[in-house]
Amino acid sequence: MSSSFKSRLPEILKKHQPELVKEWGVAQATRLSKQGAISPEELREQSAEFLKRLAKAVETDSTGQIDGAAFDPVKEHLASVSRGRTLQGFTSSETASFVFSLKRPLFNQINKELGSASSEIAQEILAIGDLIDALGLFTVEAYQKTREEVILRQGQELLELSTPVVKLWDGVLALPLIGTLDSARTQVVMESLLQKIVETGADVAIIDITGVPTVDTLVAQHLLKTVTAARLMGADCIISGIRPQIAQTIVHLGVELGDIITKASLADAFKVAIQRAGLAVVKVAAKKAN
Amino acid sequence: MERIPILRMGDLLLVTIQVDMHDRLALTLQDDLTQAICTHVARGVLIDISSLEMVDSFIGRMLANISSMARILDAVTVVVGMQPAVAITLVELGMSLDGVRTALNVEKGMALLRGSLDLEPREEEEDAAD
Repeated sequence: MSSSFKSRLPEILKKHQPELVKEWGVAQATRLSKQGAISPEELREQSAEFLKRLAKAVETDSTGQIDGAAFDPVKEHLASVSRGRTLQGFTSSETASFVFSLKRPLFNQINKELGSASSEIAQEILAIGDLIDALGLFTVEAYQKTREEVILRQGQELLELSTPVVKLWDGVLALPLIGTLDSARTQVVMESLLQKIVETGADVAIIDITGVPTVDTLVAQHLLKTVTAARLMGADCIISGIRPQIAQTIVHLGVELGDIITKASLADAFKVAIQRAGLAVVKVAAKKAN
Repeated sequence: MERIPILRMGDLLLVTIQVDMHDRLALTLQDDLTQAICTHVARGVLIDISSLEMVDSFIGRMLANISSMARILDAVTVVVGMQPAVAITLVELGMSLDGVRTALNVEKGMALLRGSLDLEPREEEEDAAD
């Protein structure tokens, strides 16, 4: 692009905005698979706003780069549109097509405007192509960023959701573990268990590992840490839900569980906990007979 | 000099750590407590660390040591009220304080002490009866 070249884009954008919005709207509608997820009015509004901000930006900043401060409002709008599309469940290419589908209507307008001056048209199209590409890439980046945020949030929610501490009886807590135990999760599990022990004043905590798919030395070590921490606070731990395969693995790995009580099922562990508390579960009929 | 008070309740000694422990304070407590166990012929020691929010390996070892020393002097030690953060720290430091009895709060600690002490006189009585 020669430095003497003066793009007529600002002028075209200003002059033909209504036509552009209309043509662009049609172009976008054909590219979107999820018809109805965005209403035509909303689409028109987003398009008009984008064109308005773009016109202002290219007027003040004619370098053809989108890094300048003049493009901040444009980028801001694009980011918000992109975020909206992400959350509505559009794919990345559908989101990017918001910007890319502007190319054809713009070229049409330029053709109409410049008519015969073919060399100027070529330059104009190149410049606009670059600009639209840059904006399109920015949109995809924003899309990706929103997706990453969503994934991060989901990961955190999963971490919190997957470690509930439930109260089975007065002084008896249960911690049903589901999924693999890594260091980060162990930390969360340990903290929530110990906190709950303080809150409820529980004497016994049952850690149920039915939902833990594999137990290797690291997982066993994490379990032992949790049990030891609970013991330091004055609560006993019972590990329950040990499947036959897991028992085999533990022995093969040579993991030493020490004097920790282990039970095959949560029910067995609960029985032990109840006995510790000096209670018993009896049948109603037997009680009446007495 | 700063000292941690040791209260006597019958056969038992009560220690409440209300301040952050530093190394010299811990050593003084160790001295005072062993002294007090001997003087009062105490059978049980209850150490309340519910206000203790920071521990290092030294304090952890000191708790284990006090417990061992008390055992040699024929007294049972119960450490009560350990905060979750403190428990996690000790575990991460690799100190499981084996041989130290623990309880959630003073009430449960007392019950534990009484329970373990009540058993022993009875055994003695049985021995005497034989």
